Amino acid sequence: MPIVLIVAEQQPDGNLRKATLNAVTAGRTLAEKAGAELHLVLLSKDPSKVSEELKGLGVKAVHTAGAPELEHYLAEVYTPVIAGLAQELKADYVGMASTAMGKDLMPRVAARLKAAMATDVMAFNGSGAEVTFTRPMWAGNVFAEVKLTTPVKVFTVRATEFQPAAGGQAAAEVKTFAPKIEASKTKFVDFKEVKSARPELTEARVVVSGGRGTKGDFKEIEALADELGAAVGASRAVCDAGWVPNDLQVGQTGKVVAPQLYIAAGISGAIQHLAGMKSSKTIVAINKDPEAPIFQVADYGLVADLFKVLPELRESLHKLK
Amino acid sequence: MKILVTAKRVEDPESKIKVKPDGSGIVQEGLKYKINPFDEIAVEEGLRLVAKHGGEVVVVSIGGKEVQEQLRHALAMGAHRAVWVNHTGPLDQLGIAGLLQKVAEKEKPDMVVLGKQSIDDDQNQVGQYLAEFLGWSQATFASKVESLESEQEKNKAPALAVGADGKSVRVVREVDNGLATLECALPAVVTTDLRLNLPRYASLPGIMKAKSKPIEELTPQKLGVDVAPKIQVLKMSSPPPRKAGIKVADVAALVDKLRNEAKVV
Repeated sequence: MPIVLIVAEQQPDGNLRKATLNAVTAGRTLAEKAGAELHLVLLSKDPSKVSEELKGLGVKAVHTAGAPELEHYLAEVYTPVIAGLAQELKADYVGMASTAMGKDLMPRVAARLKAAMATDVMAFNGSGAEVTFTRPMWAGNVFAEVKLTTPVKVFTVRATEFQPAAGGQAAAEVKTFAPKIEASKTKFVDFKEVKSARPELTEARVVVSGGRGTKGDFKEIEALADELGAAVGASRAVCDAGWVPNDLQVGQTGKVVAPQLYIAAGISGAIQHLAGMKSSKTIVAINKDPEAPIFQVADYGLVADLFKVLPELRESLHKLK
Repeated sequence: MKILVTAKRVEDPESKIKVKPDGSGIVQEGLKYKINPFDEIAVEEGLRLVAKHGGEVVVVSIGGKEVQEQLRHALAMGAHRAVWVNHTGPLDQLGIAGLLQKVAEKEKPDMVVLGKQSIDDDQNQVGQYLAEFLGWSQATFASKVESLESEQEKNKAPALAVGADGKSVRVVREVDNGLATLECALPAVVTTDLRLNLPRYASLPGIMKAKSKPIEELTPQKLGVDVAPKIQVLKMSSPPPRKAGIKVADVAALVDKLRNEAKVV
């Protein structure tokens, strides 16, 4: 039987990165179409906690390897271990969520497996050996159906296109294996986390984003986000200016989000920004310029000064509670 | 130091991309082309590294003779010489990385700096494939701590910090929830994120000088690389359009719509 192997990701704080749950659903969708078994793999200094969570996701097997060298993710250390397991299992497909780690690791794994790769897969089509992948090109302005013709096929998935897998299912077999650690020419130095009490941008139900129109003053954006329990996002312009941290950037070159509600305040709606948010369920645009391109994708547009209407909006929403 | 940088020819990021009715590709008429924005950042970083440490920047592009435009642009920015891999027809990331591997083995640079992704394919793969093919250290999505309006940026200092012994480079990477720093043994492959630097404009003297800088021509045959694509694009389509939205008069109307129509608050 063909095998789909999905790589799970542990965050620096030791918890499972939530996008892994979406990748498991994507893997299941692929496994059903390809008539394959779904396996997971997790590498960590100590995989025990996360593997407990993974084994209830309704998969065939969870493969784990633990070693001190696996504490901080490094492509050169993880690649031979993942590729080695894929070869041992004779996996036909190897995939992962399109997180920073997924994008860094999977092409290197693909290179080692002499495999072609599809990035940011949004859907699987066809069946059996003829399964094809749908993925975005040109900043999401084109959807392409692609076929990989190498024996092993590698991919990352756009998490927002797949529901998170639910836990609490029959426990899968957890198989530990000894990782073959290769010497790395790269050393981990440090990780500086941008800490926030707000939900993670790519996982939030509501996102409030600010652009150049804020002139760098994000107080009202943040206050509205807190009222809604939302994550804060930003356009590229405000990240480039150093007004907010880089990892808040939504867009082709930042994060791709698809929340239930996306509120864009003072964002003109350049092509590169739209690529990161136009799959949101409901889009609200607040902008002084009635001609701003953001109004072409917004379900509800309000032509107004954000500094005037954001406090008003926040108070109205507060009264609804 | 010798820095090898890439300059892919792509559609101008401001272009409106339309799919052909038969789904065989995009409409080419009226499109403008330029160097991939992430590659432009790679060229800039190469120039800054060489300004600080000495050496040369070699720029490479793969494609038909039209990619000489992008090579000339990089030469006008200040790159010293160019390598053109003459190839027309489809090419996938395996093929591109295979060709770059041969060019890197021939040129023996201290660093290959590439864009993290090209804005047409949006694959974000080539640098990582290349690092594995070469067996080199990799640092993707290179960024920096300072903003693009900082003094350091105005001084055009390189963000990639080469060690005092010239044998390693420190790279700050943009990752989920923060910044990770790696130290890579040289030679290494680095891919650029947008906030690594602000690329310079090509000056008029730069453009004049670029005309006399050498462009070496290679081919996949000469490099001994089979570039037959392993990724087939079967069909392209336009994303489903969003239904037209409405403009509301005030906050009260907006809240009403969000509550009673969209049911999201």
